Amino acid sequence: MALVRGIVFAALLAGLTVSSAAALAQDFNLVIRDHKFEPAELRVPSGKRVSIYVSNEDATPEEFDSTALKVEKVIPGKSKGLVRIGPLTPGRYEFMGEFNADTAKGVVIVE
Amino acid sequence: MLGALVIVFREAIEAGLIIGIVMAATRGVADRVAWIGLGIGLGALGAGVIALFAESISGAFEGSGQELLNACVLGAAVVMLMWHNAWMARHGREMAAEMTAVGQAVTSGKRPMTALAVVVGLAVLREGAEVVLFLYGIVATGTSASSLFLGGLLGLAAGAAFSALTYYGLLAIPTRYIFTVTTVLIAFLAAGMAAQAVQFLDAAGIIDVLGQRLWDTSGILPQDGILGRLLHTLVGYTDRPSELQLIAYLATLAAMALLTWVATPARPQRAPASRTT
Repeated sequence: MALVRGIVFAALLAGLTVSSAAALAQDFNLVIRDHKFEPAELRVPSGKRVSIYVSNEDATPEEFDSTALKVEKVIPGKSKGLVRIGPLTPGRYEFMGEFNADTAKGVVIVE
Repeated sequence: MLGALVIVFREAIEAGLIIGIVMAATRGVADRVAWIGLGIGLGALGAGVIALFAESISGAFEGSGQELLNACVLGAAVVMLMWHNAWMARHGREMAAEMTAVGQAVTSGKRPMTALAVVVGLAVLREGAEVVLFLYGIVATGTSASSLFLGGLLGLAAGAAFSALTYYGLLAIPTRYIFTVTTVLIAFLAAGMAAQAVQFLDAAGIIDVLGQRLWDTSGILPQDGILGRLLHTLVGYTDRPSELQLIAYLATLAAMALLTWVATPARPQRAPASRTT
């Protein structure tokens, strides 16, 4: 029941505001293949909102996880997910696929 | 196997900690085990449902469905925790007095057990969905699945043990103070959840203000370390908080304090004299 309520609430919230924010962000693409990120390194501008479209081509789900970027997002198998980050100050921000942390590693370089 | 154990344990820590605190906060309530068990059961069921629909949730609202769901779940938990603390401000003192008077006996007072059962359920739901998806991934891959699956189960068991540790640790606190301690713990728990919730709204693209990082203590106390993770759940520690996160955190603490102040009965308490003897 809490879930249903949550979804209804989310629908209301989303209807109000989702359309306005997306347009300003810059877009990047990332692919998960064989439990690896491609490319494993993304260069993004500092001080801006950035959208990363993550496409998981594996059959299994993956979690895009980064405390540095403050992102924790599950991307189900054979589907796409949108990760929004920033604005960030210049530096290196590591991320990983938590479900396959040995191989799925990457870094966002902000410059 | 060890990898799976660690991942599942990490996800289970948060829910475990919350269950432990809720168990301690409901000390003396007759049917609390049933309530909390119901919360865990429904939470686990919900986690399975969320995992099942992960793809459509993820794709909803222009790809922000997951973030919105997380924000709502956290928001709902914050409200429930506020309700609990307000209730305790009104009735807690009598209850502690009653419990001290009759030893460890069960208190007759009604508690907002629904609120806490919901909090437990939501915690299990949020962390559990990830565990289910992770374990599903293992099973789907096939290779050495049984060993990894066993690791996952052991991770869950470790999470449960951690929950018990929290509970018995809190039980060591004298009865007179225990509700004060759990109320303060719950206030910080809620503040941390609120800070997380606004971050999810930010990630969903709903909020796009005050996103600047305030400080970076990841070098000293990384949030993904064991201690950092514990503090993250317990008091909402974040190694790189945004301005908005700090505001949400402080606002929740302030709201909790205000609620407690408003809910505390105005009449002078007559209990202390009989208790201190």
